[in-house]
Amino acid sequence: MSQTIPGIAHRAPETLSMASALNAAIRDAMTDDPTVVLFGEDVGPLGGVFRVTDGLYAEFGETRVSDSPLAESGIVGTAIGMAMYGMRPVVEMQFDAFSYPAFQQIVSHVAKMRNRTRGKIQLPIVIRIPYAGDIGGVEHHSDSSEAYWTATPGLTVVSPSNPADAYSMLREAIASDDPVIFMEPKSRYWSKAELTLPVQTAPMTSAVVLREGTDVTLLGYGPTVKTALATAELGAQEGLSIEVIDLRSLSPFDDATVSASLRKTSRVAVIHEAAQFGGYGAEVAARLTERNFFYLAAPILRITGFDIPYPSPKLEEYFLPTPDRILAAISRWEWN
Amino acid sequence: MSLKVESTRIPTVLAPPPLRLIDDAGHAVDDSQTGGFTLPDTATLLSLYRRMVIARRFDVQVTALTRQGRLATYPSALGQEACEIAAVASLDSGDWLFPTYRDSIALLTRGVKPEDILASFRGDWHSGYDYNKHCIAPQATPLATQALHAVGLATAAKLKRDSTVALTLLGDGATSEGDAHEAFNFAAVWQAPVVFLVQNNQFAISVPLDKQMACRTIADKAIGYGMPGYFVDGNDVAAMFAVTSAAVDRARAGEGPTLIEGLTYRIEAHTNSDDPTRYRNAADVDVWRGRDPIERLEKFLVSEGALSDTERASITQEAEDTAAATRECMTIKAVVDPLELFEHVYANARPALAEQREALAAELAEDNANQAADTAAETGTHR
Repeated sequence: MSQTIPGIAHRAPETLSMASALNAAIRDAMTDDPTVVLFGEDVGPLGGVFRVTDGLYAEFGETRVSDSPLAESGIVGTAIGMAMYGMRPVVEMQFDAFSYPAFQQIVSHVAKMRNRTRGKIQLPIVIRIPYAGDIGGVEHHSDSSEAYWTATPGLTVVSPSNPADAYSMLREAIASDDPVIFMEPKSRYWSKAELTLPVQTAPMTSAVVLREGTDVTLLGYGPTVKTALATAELGAQEGLSIEVIDLRSLSPFDDATVSASLRKTSRVAVIHEAAQFGGYGAEVAARLTERNFFYLAAPILRITGFDIPYPSPKLEEYFLPTPDRILAAISRWEWN
Repeated sequence: MSLKVESTRIPTVLAPPPLRLIDDAGHAVDDSQTGGFTLPDTATLLSLYRRMVIARRFDVQVTALTRQGRLATYPSALGQEACEIAAVASLDSGDWLFPTYRDSIALLTRGVKPEDILASFRGDWHSGYDYNKHCIAPQATPLATQALHAVGLATAAKLKRDSTVALTLLGDGATSEGDAHEAFNFAAVWQAPVVFLVQNNQFAISVPLDKQMACRTIADKAIGYGMPGYFVDGNDVAAMFAVTSAAVDRARAGEGPTLIEGLTYRIEAHTNSDDPTRYRNAADVDVWRGRDPIERLEKFLVSEGALSDTERASITQEAEDTAAATRECMTIKAVVDPLELFEHVYANARPALAEQREALAAELAEDNANQAADTAAETGTHR
């Protein structure tokens, strides 16, 4: 699916983790565009707590890569001012749950500035949020906060699931004139792939069919794409043909790709780590039902985290959706 | 439960008197009160006077229009003209102003047309002027959020080695917000070319300053952030201009941010939907009416023989012209296009949003068709 870009020099193929691919995307964007600046907590000499910004401070210097004071509203608020003056800030929220102090700046200004000013002020800001669990993190380090952002008009919300997409989608997010909430699945940071940079995959607002199937469509994004693929593998052993779609973009939602799959398989389940009630899966189920009701053979299922706060490390395995739990849920549909 | 604390507060040093250049009676003060700042020249003072009078006339006019029910709301800055006009006058045309909802007269003074200022208060759109042309950010409603934007813009200018300075207006209540703290701190750490001008009008809607903070002055907080702070008589435009100009020069010279507190008073209600008689005495308001910033400078200029009848007539004329233009713009029927609702949300088009736009367009077309049919039927009946 990933492809090389015509007319552009490519580097030798290399095996990169998602964190390294994100690092390369920021480095290449900063090299190509002098208005791209990077700041946040510990992104300087340390290279970020996940090393996503490793080496960038040394390469680009303090004027373009800087450690900010420890204050998320300040990080996003100052990014807004910088964008108003022609910069393209890329800022980091260190951990999902640490993005909440920036909620007002994101919801009231990042999301609304373009509309408020009738397009006269654009805010090309990328807010990187390492999110979700399965890393044995202590409290506040494993939240899936996507629904807060997808419920806010004005924000583009995307989440890559693999190194190639991580590179390509982050390049596209930085180049976008719209502000982008870029949600990085922490549990996938160390997943590896061989890439020939600069790699270009499908547009970041498109969903992609990763595995074709005829019986069920499984929708995942970020950390749950791996779960969906594992489920499909397991399902195949039981004679179940599962199609897996990586949503990639949560807002906008790629209705066309997902509806086409639904009309083929007539059964859909959406998987996410976030709690179910009011979660992103509710929107997916509702809009797919509205658009495709007569093609459905069964209700759309949400296989998600429970409606509880994210648990402590020793309990997270019971919380996270697993292939077994997904297959069990699918098997409870009425099959005839 | 009452949170009232009976004077258990540790006694602190009393607040110093605010620095000033012209006193309430319109006399230049002695050196003990000036903080080392010098009185601006007469031409500058005359220009400040002219702009305050025009701003006052506009403010009174807009309040009147609001009382007539012709505007959704208007937060008046009556009595705060010295702070507002000094802020604008201290900036170069390429410097950026980050105003709040109460700072419409600052916009007017920077050259924004009344009709463009009133677009939001009329309910046409959330904001309605050319931000990049005037170098003015949209008027912020969420408190203190714009201070961070000012710090960011100033920092971007510094990174680009431009000489641009940003000035943000804040209120006393806004200094309780976390964003004010973060803005002060970021600015000081980054040595951003930014000026924070806090108009301490002593009320956050109904809540007085002693319920916002326990320190002597807002200006005192500056030392905690590592920047200079000035406590200034906010009704003395000469002092406000001298201090703010010095802060702007300091920022432009690369010496970092400054926090200025202008002690003033909100003479009007918070907005037209507020009732100040529920939380403050009319006598207090009268005291502050007696400290009017315009009358004070007028007394000074008259005593200096600097305000001729011709000058006065010319200022009055310009003020009345502004008021007339303000009334006039209420008669302009603003074109609000429901389909524009979808136009500016994203730079990149979204199919699902286009679907919603089409749905509204269909509703509008149906309404129009029904109206046309009704009109035709009515015309037929009357014939």
